[in-house]
Order: sequence, then C-alpha cells, then structure tokens
Amino acid sequence: MSTESTTEEAASAFNIHPMDQFVVHPLFGDGPIQWYTPTNVTLWMALAVLAAFVVLVVGSRGRAMVPSRSQSVAEMTYGFVRKMIEDITGKEGLAYFPHIMTAFLFILFANLLGLLPYSFSTTSHVAVTGVLALTVFLTVTVIGFVKNGPSFIKLFWVSSAPLALRPVLFLIELISYFVRPVSHSIRLGGNLMAGHAVVKVFAGFAGALGIGAVIPITAIVAVYGLELLVAFIQAYVFTILTVVYLNDALHPSH
Amino acid sequence: MATQDAAHAAEASVGMPQIDFSTYPNQIFWLVVSIIVLYFIVAKVALPRIGSVIEDRHNAVANDIEQAAEFKRKAEEAEAAYNAALAEARAQAMQIAGEAKAEIKADVDAAIAKADAEIAAKAAESSVRIEEIRASALKSIEEVAGVAATDIVAAIMPSATDDKALKAAVAARLKG
Repeated sequence: MSTESTTEEAASAFNIHPMDQFVVHPLFGDGPIQWYTPTNVTLWMALAVLAAFVVLVVGSRGRAMVPSRSQSVAEMTYGFVRKMIEDITGKEGLAYFPHIMTAFLFILFANLLGLLPYSFSTTSHVAVTGVLALTVFLTVTVIGFVKNGPSFIKLFWVSSAPLALRPVLFLIELISYFVRPVSHSIRLGGNLMAGHAVVKVFAGFAGALGIGAVIPITAIVAVYGLELLVAFIQAYVFTILTVVYLNDALHPSH
Repeated sequence: MATQDAAHAAEASVGMPQIDFSTYPNQIFWLVVSIIVLYFIVAKVALPRIGSVIEDRHNAVANDIEQAAEFKRKAEEAEAAYNAALAEARAQAMQIAGEAKAEIKADVDAAIAKADAEIAAKAAESSVRIEEIRASALKSIEEVAGVAATDIVAAIMPSATDDKALKAAVAARLKG
C-alpha cells in the first residue's frame, strides 16, 4: 500500500498536463458552456481589446505635435501597418486599413497577454484563428469578385506558363487558394499552442527535479524569450498574409 | 487527491482542448463580439485621431520648411538690395568726384582765360601807349626841327618868312 502510494506520488510528480492551460472554463460557477457563457475566453479577449484601446486611444490622447512615448508607440503601430498595406497593395488597399489594423491588434495583444503566467491564450485555439482566417478568406474572395468580376478567375490561370501546363497549374492554384485559410489559421494557432505547451512541460520538469530545476528554468527563460518573439512575428505574419491575399483580390493578374 | 486525479482524468479525456468542439460556439461568439468592439475603437477613434495628428505634424513641418525658404528668400533679397545700394552709392560718389573735378577744371580754365585776356588787353593798351608816345615824340621832333629850321632860316635869311613852305620842307626831309 505504502509502496503503491509512493509510486503514485512519483507518477503524479511527473504528471505534467501541458494542455490544461488551454481548457475553456466558465468564469462563474461550473455549469455547462453555452455559446453565451462568460468564460476565460471572454475575459482574455476583453483584456486584449482593452490593451489595444489603452495603447492606441489612451496612448495618443495628448495629440501632441511632439509625441510622448506612449503616443510614439501608437503612431509607430499605425505607421507600421499602414506602410505594410501601402507597400503591398498600393493606395487601393488603404480602404481596408481599419479592418487589417483590427486583426493585427487583436492577434498581437492576444498573443502577448497569453504569455502572462496563469493567463489564457485565445489565439492558441483553432476555433479563434480559424474564424479569423475564414473571415479573411471569404472577404478577400468577395472583394476579388466584386472588384474584378469573373476575371478574378485569372488569378488561377497562369498566363506566363506554357499553354499545356495551364490547366494543371489552374488546378494547383485553385487547391492552394482553398488551402489558404487552413494554413493561415493553423500557423498562428499551432505556433502559440506549441510554444506554450513547451513552457508548461519544462515547468513540470522543474517541479520534479529539485535542485536540478535550474536547467529547465533556464530553458523556460530562453523559450519565453522566443515566445515573445513568436507573439510579434505570428501577428505580423498573419497580418502580412492577409494583406497579400487582399492584394491578390485587388490585382489578380499575375 | 482522488478528485484531482479524476479532474485530470476528465481533462485527459479531452486531450487537446483545441479540438473540443463543444466550446467552439462560445469561443466564436466572444471572438465576434471582441472583434466588432475592437473594430469600432480602431475605425472610429484610434485611426482618425492618430492619422490627424500625423497629418498635422506633416503640415506643420512642411509649413516650417516653407517659412524658412521664405525667410531665406527675403534675406537674399535684402542682400541684393544692399549690394545695389552700395553700387549706386559708389557710382554716385564717382560721379560727384568727376563733376567736382570738371567744375574745378572749368574754373581754372576760366581763370586762365581771363588772365590771358587781361594780359592781352594790357599788352594791347601798352602797345597803343607806346605808339602814342612814339607819335608824340615824332611830332615833337618835327616841331623842334621846324622851329629850329625857322630859327636857322630867320638867322640866315631874315627875308624868307614862308612858314608853310618851310614846314613842308622839314617834313619832307624827316621822311626821307
């Protein structure tokens, strides 16, 4: 009995649950999760919106000719996304500046807030990134057909290729077009989930190793730095791909 | 411990919470709400405000540059005006100097001319006087010669008293 309990103890010491952090649970009580239930998803999405509000709106409240630090951050974010759109799509893409800015800010702050201990990363869920990617996909497709009419199909018809290859390329281009939302969403969600799970796994080792915990803790620090980078890069990648897809819709000819 | 294990077991049965489809409606609903709220914050408040601040700054900088160019242009104009005034003053000074020189020269010339004229007049007057003196001297000589001849003739031939013939004879002699 005592040996059994020690083995159970040892087992539970290494009983690491790296995926627990991703569990959606109600904020109040313990009932079933309805679509309207306020959950940790609600909380951390609201905090992401609040953080974006603080950085952009509160940060720029001075409207100073010579910007304060917080205003500089707001202006840099503005200029960064605006320049990205202008560089890729030209002036036409600027009509979608607020939409792209919203996506960038939401993903960026959700990623960054997810790095806080005991927090919940909403962008590590495929449900969230999938909806974002599908919205981008559908919007861009609609814009493509509205702006170009049926000639939007030319996007898939590689006129620079030899004539015999064009039907094959058409099929490949078509498939790759429909795979876009999948890669777009899994890239973001997968990166976030994997990074956070790795940190949790190392943390589990640290709990079990006693003095040897120095090694996993060092690893956590390193991975955490990397995750900070990933939080920015994945927000950037998601946004720039959105802009590239938008550019395809605005200028479909290869 | 047992309840904790049970909870773990329950979560373990979930496996990846990412593919627990029962939470999808909840996540999607709150995502849509958050995105709409954030969109209105971004589109209605943040972007117009930051955009206008950046544009104001851009305009202010452009204005300042324009103003600086204006000032530079004015400075250049002032320099040109100064140079023109300087050149004009120099030209005027030279003209005044030239005029003064010409005036002085004219004065000197006039004085010289006047002096020459005076000298010439004096010389002419003198020569007239000399002529007069010479003439009067000649006349005196003639008179003296006449008187002397008359006296001589009277002394030699008291009968001969034709003064007129005598004078003519003396004059003819003197001329010869």
